[in-house]
Amino acid sequence: MSDLTRLTAAETAAAIRDRSTSAVEVAQAHLDRIARVDGQVHAFLHVDAEGALAQAKRVDAGELTGPLAGVPLALKDVLTMEGVPTTCGSRILEGWRPPYDATVTRRLKEAGVVILGKTNMDEFAMGSSTEHSAYGPTSNPWDLTRIPGGSGGGSSAALASYQAPLAIGTDTGGSIRQPASVTGTVGVKPTYGGVSRYGLVAFSSSLDQAGPCARTVLDAALLHEVIAGHDPRDSTSIDAPVPPVVEAAQARDLAGLRVGVVTELSGEGYEPGVQARFDEAVQLLRDLGATVTEVSCPHFVYALPAYYLIAPSEASSNLARFDAVRYGLRVGDDGERSLEEVMALTRDIGFGPEVKRRIILGTYALSSGYYDAYYGQAQKVRTLITRDFQRAWESVDVLVAPTCPTVAFPLGAKLEDPLAMYRQDVASIPANLYGGPAASFPAGLSEGLPVGLQVMAPTLRDDLLYRVGAAFEQACPAPVPSLDWES
Amino acid sequence: MPEITREEVAHLARLARLALDDAELDRLAGQLDVILGAVAQIAEVTDAADVPPTSHAVPLENVTRPDVVVPSLPRDKVLAGAPAAEDGRFRVPRILGEEA
Repeated sequence: MSDLTRLTAAETAAAIRDRSTSAVEVAQAHLDRIARVDGQVHAFLHVDAEGALAQAKRVDAGELTGPLAGVPLALKDVLTMEGVPTTCGSRILEGWRPPYDATVTRRLKEAGVVILGKTNMDEFAMGSSTEHSAYGPTSNPWDLTRIPGGSGGGSSAALASYQAPLAIGTDTGGSIRQPASVTGTVGVKPTYGGVSRYGLVAFSSSLDQAGPCARTVLDAALLHEVIAGHDPRDSTSIDAPVPPVVEAAQARDLAGLRVGVVTELSGEGYEPGVQARFDEAVQLLRDLGATVTEVSCPHFVYALPAYYLIAPSEASSNLARFDAVRYGLRVGDDGERSLEEVMALTRDIGFGPEVKRRIILGTYALSSGYYDAYYGQAQKVRTLITRDFQRAWESVDVLVAPTCPTVAFPLGAKLEDPLAMYRQDVASIPANLYGGPAASFPAGLSEGLPVGLQVMAPTLRDDLLYRVGAAFEQACPAPVPSLDWES
Repeated sequence: MPEITREEVAHLARLARLALDDAELDRLAGQLDVILGAVAQIAEVTDAADVPPTSHAVPLENVTRPDVVVPSLPRDKVLAGAPAAEDGRFRVPRILGEEA
């Protein structure tokens, strides 16, 4: 067969099923490619060649079957995988090998998906560039001097450089969608509670959601179906049928669909090239049969400040578990220092600057005297943002906006300016606060770099994202990177 | 509203068990002041006064399961990931103030 790494996941699975290739051949082709190009991209923190080939053999032996059996996947390093290092991009978990599989990991294994390894990310998923990884940044395959998005930049870069046809990301404020946007790939944040959080190392528990990343809409839908569904091990998991995402991903037109353009997610701060691609995308949706109206969601402008109070508050609590006792790093245990001193020293050395910033910010927002003005007010604003969505659903079926206000920026450009980095997620955060599904689809290039179209839908209507994405993909094929840096 | 001092950051760091050094305290105090200045704009949302807070996206009631014993993770496997273990338990540095 021709280059196995260029196939879609659906094509790969079909080729394995009809025996024109084998799962082992496919796995080996991807492992070879990782060995050849990942020195330049740095998408992976750990490659599990042995585990991948063993899983592929089981598929070839007919022990594991399913629509994605034998298809390789890159797993974000925030999900546990038994016996395989899981660092969350942090020094504090260096060398830790989890004693159990996340539910997402288990479902992938049972479906015969071949997990190639763990991908790089901003530490504990806090960031928009993957530069906050303790293990060094990942490069964008479109331009190695630029960021691949974050926090799931390893996953998006692995897809865009053909090191894997599928990846898993997690999205707390945009960490699936913004990386998809800046790498020209597909990223879907399912409805909160649609995919189990069991084994997903917690950042902000009321917002964290794992989801599928791929190069095509159908591939993302096939992966969505494998990982979604109720899990008794996650008490926030929704006990309802998985929306018909695969069927929706075969849509060819949008006849009768009502699309709302969000007034507040445009204008100042959005690059002209991003705005131009977005306007063209909206015209294409019209051409595909959708009716388009403008919808005002007045509280969306407060989503960013509300998020930067809620998420750090939850993080400051969640990250208390890294106590130098149960897992990972312990520093300064010399018999003299007390537990508390060892804990504080370990956390200072084990956490990077962005994580410390957010822990302090969250501790501040939750402290007495500030609680009502900050955390309490942010939770009320969250209610108002949810009401904006609910009001929108009275007149439209989906909302659209640019995924991210810019194209991929140069590595280092925003590292010393946390607020500028936070603004990357200005358009993606509303959906997290509301909890509904949202996705980013490739919408062409600006200055030679990818732009993303974001689609948001009502809770448990994840299928609508795929319907829009599939029809849009037909009309506006995803751009293909030149990868001219490959030696 | 904000104007967070270096002393306040040092206090918060103690609460959060982070042994920040002087350089980190200086840098963080400046950055947090800027960030807090930006997030403080949520005070402008005047129509939030009588709105109930949302702590969670999905309305949920208590989730229970049958009270049946199921196996938990094997103790050895869990302790293998700990920085120090002894006699089937996590070993911690001294907790009380007295001499070891």
